[in-house]
Amino acid sequence: MYVGPLRSLVDELGRLPGIGPKSAQRIAFHLLKVESEDALRLVDAIVAVKERVTSCTICFNVAEGELCEFCSDPRRDGSLLCVVEDPRDIVAVERTREFRGRYHVLGGALNPIEGLGPDQLRVRELLDRLSDGEVTEVILCTNPNLEGEATAMYLARLLVPLGVRVTRIASGLPVGGDLEYADELTLGRALEGRREVDA
Amino acid sequence: MSLYRDEGVVLRSLRLGEADRIVTMVTEGHGKVRAVAKGVRRTTSKFGGRLEPLSHVALQCWSGRELDTVTQVEVLDGFRAVREDLVRVAKAFTLLEVVDQLAQERHPNPRLYETLVGALRSLDHADAPLLVAAFCLKVLALEGSAPIVDRCASCGSVSELIAFDLVEGGVLCRSCRRGRPVSAGALDVVRLVLGGGLASVLAEPAGPSTEEVTDLATEAMEVHLERRLRSLRSSPTG
Repeated sequence: MYVGPLRSLVDELGRLPGIGPKSAQRIAFHLLKVESEDALRLVDAIVAVKERVTSCTICFNVAEGELCEFCSDPRRDGSLLCVVEDPRDIVAVERTREFRGRYHVLGGALNPIEGLGPDQLRVRELLDRLSDGEVTEVILCTNPNLEGEATAMYLARLLVPLGVRVTRIASGLPVGGDLEYADELTLGRALEGRREVDA
Repeated sequence: MSLYRDEGVVLRSLRLGEADRIVTMVTEGHGKVRAVAKGVRRTTSKFGGRLEPLSHVALQCWSGRELDTVTQVEVLDGFRAVREDLVRVAKAFTLLEVVDQLAQERHPNPRLYETLVGALRSLDHADAPLLVAAFCLKVLALEGSAPIVDRCASCGSVSELIAFDLVEGGVLCRSCRRGRPVSAGALDVVRLVLGGGLASVLAEPAGPSTEEVTDLATEAMEVHLERRLRSLRSSPTG
């Protein structure tokens, strides 16, 4: 339908997740209309991400350079290690402002039906990080779904014998949620993990 | 477009878009169903954890052309003891994978469904060493592909049954032998499962023939499916 550069732009945009042919066309025409410098800023951002952003050599978070911002920050508590599935989970944990330790990104969760076993995750690297004894607590912060729970159980099995404290994030009701709509598993766990209220 | 109600077990789910999932379920009355669960990944979703794989649920769906849409779900059994035990979860993954491969979309197979629910209940109650093997054999029998174990699959002889060959479809006598050797103990277990002695097989503690029967049954299932069972190859319990 389109020819030359416009066609290749529509094609490339259409490859992005969640963008269908119509949206691709709309974005392409938008880019055609905006000022050159606005479009070039987008180009520069994409180039910069592809050239400069790498994987942290210690925790496998996204990083600019060899180490990510958390591994290179001396103010972070090196004795606490939070194990997550994906770099995006680090962003979620950081938003809480409750955690001052460091991270380890597994790169997924065990999913035997999809053929994802322990060898496909960064488990060996996690064990290597524990060998110097600096870490005293590992927080298993994988998703509270079947795959994430299986991963947490698998890691606990490996880590507990090493003598390090292993904890699992709590699961319960979301703030702003509704008891009536809470599912049995979640509500059951919320009851199990109930806390004493201080007067 | 119409609304329907059914019972089902969630086999697996795939992320879709921002906060949705495509949930694959095996249902009693509609066979394998793939349905969109809208917003299920949000923490405040009304579905919550109900559509996690393994859950036995009562559900209401809109039927669509290709994908249905889940509108309401209620948990009948969450199999919590299975979820909280790595060994049992690994076994459950295998059961789900087998059913996912065998069930056909919108083609009800109530006996396959009942066998799965029964096996999951049993696994939730106790970790029977022979559960996966018994499940595979029972399902093969439902499919009409149970191995022949009472006579030689090649010549029909009933004495000296010492080998097992998946291509022949069962045991072989000394003169026809091919494939792998098989012990009399393992054959007894297979006969019991296929012959209505399931409860006693499941009650048995792990013994010398447990591994042999499990290998035999899962390999027979793989031959029937014409593909490898991934959950066995990448099991977290090794």
